Amino acid sequence: MIPYLRPDNLEDALSALSEHPRTLLAGGTDFFPARVGKPITDNVLDLSGVESLRKIQQTADGFMLGGLTTWTDIIEAQLPPAFDGLKQAAKTIGGVQTQNAGTLVGNICNASPAADSVPNLLALEAQVQLQSVRETRMLPLEEFILGNRKTAKKEDELISGIFIPQPAEKGRGNFEKLGTRAYLVISIVMVGVVAELNESDEILNLKIAVGACSPVAQRLRLLEQEAVGQKLKSIKILPAHFESLEPIDDIRATADYRKKVVPELLLRAIKGVI
Amino acid sequence: MSTTEKTTVSFILNDIPQTLSVNPLRRFSDVLREDLGLTGTKVGCDAGDCGACTILVDGEQRYACLTAVGQLEGHSARTVEGLAKNGDLTALQQAFLDEGAAQCGICTPGMLMAAQSLLDRTPNPTEPQVLDALGGVLCRCTGYTKIVEAVLKAGQTSASEATPPSGSAVGSRMVKVDGKQKLTGEEIFSADHAPEDSLWLRAIRSPHPRAKFTLAHPEKVLNKYPGIVKILTADDVTGNNGFGIYPHIKDQPVLAKDHVRFRGEAVVALVGERDAVESVSEEDLGLTWEPLEAIRGWDAALSGKLEPVQAEIPDNILAEGLLKKNDVEKAFAESFAVAEGNWTTSAVEHGYIEPEAGYARKVGQRLEIFVCTQSPYMDQTEVAQVLGLELEQIRIIPSAVGGAFGGKLDLSVQPLVALAAWILERPVRCIYTRPESLASTTKRHPVQMRAKAGCDKDGMLTAYEYHGDFNTGAYASWGPTVADRVPIHCSGPYFVPNVFAKTRALLTNESPSGAFRGFGTPQAAIANDALLDELAEKVGMDALDFRIKNALRKGDRTPTNQLLENSVGQLECLESLKSRWDSWRKEAEVFNQKNTKLKRGVGCGSAWYGCGNTSLSNPSTIRVGINGEGKLTLYNGAMDIGQGANTIMVQICADALGLPASQFEYVMGDTDLTADAGKTSASRQAFVSGKATQLAGEHLRAQIIHLAEATENATLHLEQNGTSGSGEIIVADETGEHVIVLADILPQTNGDVLTGEGTFDPPTTPLDENRQGSPYATYGFGAHIAEVEVDTMLGTTKVLRLAAAHDVGKTINPTLVEGQIHGGVAQGLGLALMEEYVQGVSENLHDYLLPTVGDMPEIEVILIEDPEPLGPYGAKGIGEHALIPTAPAILGGIKHATGISIRHVPATPDRVFTALQEAGKNNG
Ligand SMILES: Cc1cc2nc3c(=O)[nH]c(=O)nc-3n(C[C@@H](O)[C@@H](O)[C@H](O)COP(=O)(O)OP(=O)(O)OC[C@H]3O[C@@H](n4cnc5c(N)ncnc54)[C@H](O)[C@@H]3O)c2cc1C
Ligand code: FES
Ligand code: FES
Repeated sequence: MIPYLRPDNLEDALSALSEHPRTLLAGGTDFFPARVGKPITDNVLDLSGVESLRKIQQTADGFMLGGLTTWTDIIEAQLPPAFDGLKQAAKTIGGVQTQNAGTLVGNICNASPAADSVPNLLALEAQVQLQSVRETRMLPLEEFILGNRKTAKKEDELISGIFIPQPAEKGRGNFEKLGTRAYLVISIVMVGVVAELNESDEILNLKIAVGACSPVAQRLRLLEQEAVGQKLKSIKILPAHFESLEPIDDIRATADYRKKVVPELLLRAIKGVI
Repeated sequence: MSTTEKTTVSFILNDIPQTLSVNPLRRFSDVLREDLGLTGTKVGCDAGDCGACTILVDGEQRYACLTAVGQLEGHSARTVEGLAKNGDLTALQQAFLDEGAAQCGICTPGMLMAAQSLLDRTPNPTEPQVLDALGGVLCRCTGYTKIVEAVLKAGQTSASEATPPSGSAVGSRMVKVDGKQKLTGEEIFSADHAPEDSLWLRAIRSPHPRAKFTLAHPEKVLNKYPGIVKILTADDVTGNNGFGIYPHIKDQPVLAKDHVRFRGEAVVALVGERDAVESVSEEDLGLTWEPLEAIRGWDAALSGKLEPVQAEIPDNILAEGLLKKNDVEKAFAESFAVAEGNWTTSAVEHGYIEPEAGYARKVGQRLEIFVCTQSPYMDQTEVAQVLGLELEQIRIIPSAVGGAFGGKLDLSVQPLVALAAWILERPVRCIYTRPESLASTTKRHPVQMRAKAGCDKDGMLTAYEYHGDFNTGAYASWGPTVADRVPIHCSGPYFVPNVFAKTRALLTNESPSGAFRGFGTPQAAIANDALLDELAEKVGMDALDFRIKNALRKGDRTPTNQLLENSVGQLECLESLKSRWDSWRKEAEVFNQKNTKLKRGVGCGSAWYGCGNTSLSNPSTIRVGINGEGKLTLYNGAMDIGQGANTIMVQICADALGLPASQFEYVMGDTDLTADAGKTSASRQAFVSGKATQLAGEHLRAQIIHLAEATENATLHLEQNGTSGSGEIIVADETGEHVIVLADILPQTNGDVLTGEGTFDPPTTPLDENRQGSPYATYGFGAHIAEVEVDTMLGTTKVLRLAAAHDVGKTINPTLVEGQIHGGVAQGLGLALMEEYVQGVSENLHDYLLPTVGDMPEIEVILIEDPEPLGPYGAKGIGEHALIPTAPAILGGIKHATGISIRHVPATPDRVFTALQEAGKNNG
């Protein structure tokens, strides 16, 4: 087997994958850091040459973010305000170098609990497009990421795009990231939100997710339901809204701290949509 | 890598088309450096964490270490070598040179590329845009301040001077003599050069903090990997398998035998072809570990429950320090107010962006070792005894050093490559990976300390007591020095009539703690300033006024009972901060009345620091020579580790000699070419080697004047005639011009015809059993005030602005001194808020957090010059006391903002939040 392939089209990429399982490579911002001081022995399928995957398309019923969409692409794209949270998340990734290389798909495939794209993608009800020579299937993001570093991707599949259903016209996104330094910082906790408000700033619809407080970022559905009809300014966060979170102690912060700052971050994320 | 075949990759590099046959998965940074010889692109981590490898791909900044070379197919790349055209610096590079934005210079290529990508799109960026553009590159030296300035000022004129005229080099903003090469990528750091036929060396290190091990079948490795030439173990060490900085403590093995004492300790070194060396695994080697329960932390070290770390030291107490002046107990009993408390600090990593690297080669019966080091002469002694060779057989050739801060005082790659090169008679090189550098080299000592301070009802300090247990890790390194220096400095730059201090350096199975900017003093200052704040409150005084009242003044005696006769600028430092202090504190109060969640506060930290070794002789010798053609060379043994020693020594020598600085060349640190100027540590180079340089310059001048039979205040003019013809010195005085034809003078062995030499050893006295005496010839002084903003709902702290006043005696070069202070502030900020090294956890630069460009406050530097008569033109050190006051000032700011007193640093968001909660202060 040829250890490194860099096809320039999707068909060749899929057919290579159908022959042998391979490590996929896109921006390399997770791939290389995982191999410091170690010989690289993977058989690699480098997707970075498949230009057709690097575009953001508006479709009849939403937006298709191509499989190679980078953080910078998201920051620079003209997108409805519901994407503002995702854009803000993109701006907090590492530094510009990482934003220029790293892809959203790589971020969800790497499936770190602290993956900053995930809360907003959940709030945007993203669907993951998995493609192989056998089939093309769509999975809601919640069903795609199965756990810490675990996804539903099969060996012969790659992710050709992330589909975002057309957000409501009034939908606005926001993102709150808590970390210990200004740049190059991994989230201690982060919150992504998309909210719809009426003229008197009452919440019509809320989608909100919290990351780095469980193996996979979580939507807070009880809060989403109870928020409807509340005034943005006076919205209340109750312990029941986030009791499903199960943060851990790590080098960045204690579990106890994470749990205690969640309500404040939720409030800031929600109130910050305007 | 060996498993992947080569393919052809075509791309444009610095405007020139390239086609390479290469393993397409290799990191582009590696291909640039090792295949194309473009070593301007640096590697500090291989993980996207440091930004040293930043290049442009299609005009956008990218990490070359995260880019597979195969991905460049059809693209165009630019590296630092592609900036300057025909030797002309770009406007951005020129601004970096003028502003002093490159200290060690290891981050500089990455910074330049990141900034260039911004300027290409946005020629006149705003400061926030600059911060965003540079956010992905770390700098450990500069505190980023001058880098940001340089980007903002690119294309504008500046106050710096490339060539200050004769007699006015000292005090000028002369640009660095080694500045230009740091901007073009031409500077050669330790990983940038090795002989073509070098073998590679990789150490295999312990994954356990304490374990026994056996090595089953090294010979199998030799069969499986033909590229492996030698597997070095402890048995191969030809001399003493132990090193350490003290002549009587050589406790750290080059390669451990049977038993390891910390995670990261080297047990085996593989030598051979690079691919093979990188491919061998522990299983291949048949390494088996029997992990043992490790001693971690102060309490475990003292509990006596486990076998001692080193059998010869049964109580794990490696060293003790003491200071006793008068009677603290009586003084506390009579004090009007007393404050006391306990503090702990974490292990802190030096975080230089250049990991350790170097090579050794055998030349005849000698060894040449090219390495990044702060102490070439100590390295020479150490390597000689490890190999069992004579001192003269070892030559240390220092590379440019990409940051050090105390971490490159100890040996790293030196004994390994030396041993391999000696045995194999082939050049051998080694480059530490970032995780290896983090795991195996020294840290700042974590300390557990208890301190107590008292004052009378007028707010005059009466007594200070300090007990500090320093976790010194598995081996001595600089532990005894830390235990020794802290008692002398722990009561701060204040007059205290009664002092008692006791310190211990405790052995544990953790990373060896060593020297790190301040030798334990920054930790002790955290307790000191917190207690001063408390006492001020108790007597109802403003915290800065309290410090002003107690500041050491000329004529005062220190805790060692040393009489301070000269250069005691502490009072001026504090007074210079007073108006800012008052207005900042008022503004914070106004802010706090309007805000419930965010709280601001202003704190003060202070420092004093003895320049040089403690009561020990620490001479420096510097030479300056002129050859027949008029080439004027400063033989500078004082290592430049980014702080600018090369430059200030030239400035000093130029004025002492009476010739312009621009006529000098220099040699740095090479043990064959320079004299011993001691270590670059203890803030001693500007003071001690600076003085030696002044004396050397004056010595050469005296010879010239004598030869010309001219008078003392004659002016000199040097005609340099390249390699042909003779150089001439024209000496002019009131009697006319006298010409010295240099080629007419008989050359010495090194080719020079005239040599000036200066030696200076700062006068100290031995200390008695209570550590009374004069341990240092002079002290540096300083104080910082910091305004912080605490988000009380989240526990995050941002430092908004900081003013730093330092008494440096005389400023040899304001740009360089400011740079030292900015860098010290950044490191102090890290110590206060984010830096915590945990073995096995933060062994990379994304879990070990160094401050980024966005974390820095606005910094104002105030330089006080109370001249030190012994120093060169009145100068003394700045290196260490630049850092000491920052953390206490920030912690004092948090206290002022919120009322909470942080007792364990770093004050990470979760710790601040918990403290706020315990005090019931975060309900918004
Ligand atoms: C300095 C630095 C800072 C960072 N900061 C942050 C941060 O703040 N927040 C954050 O969330 N992340 C951060 N990251 C990680 C972030 O950059 C990655 O998660 C990135 O988005 C991964 O994308 P990539 O294209 O680089 O993936 P790669 O490294 O190329 O691949 C990552 C994984 O995804 C798989 N993959 C990639 N593309 C596909 C595809 N099309 N189909 C199927 N599988 C695929 C790969 O096989 C691999 O397992 C940081 C990284 C660095 C180096
Ligand atoms: S070497 Fe590439 S980011 Fe550190
Ligand atoms: S100058 Fe930036 S790391 Fe040294």
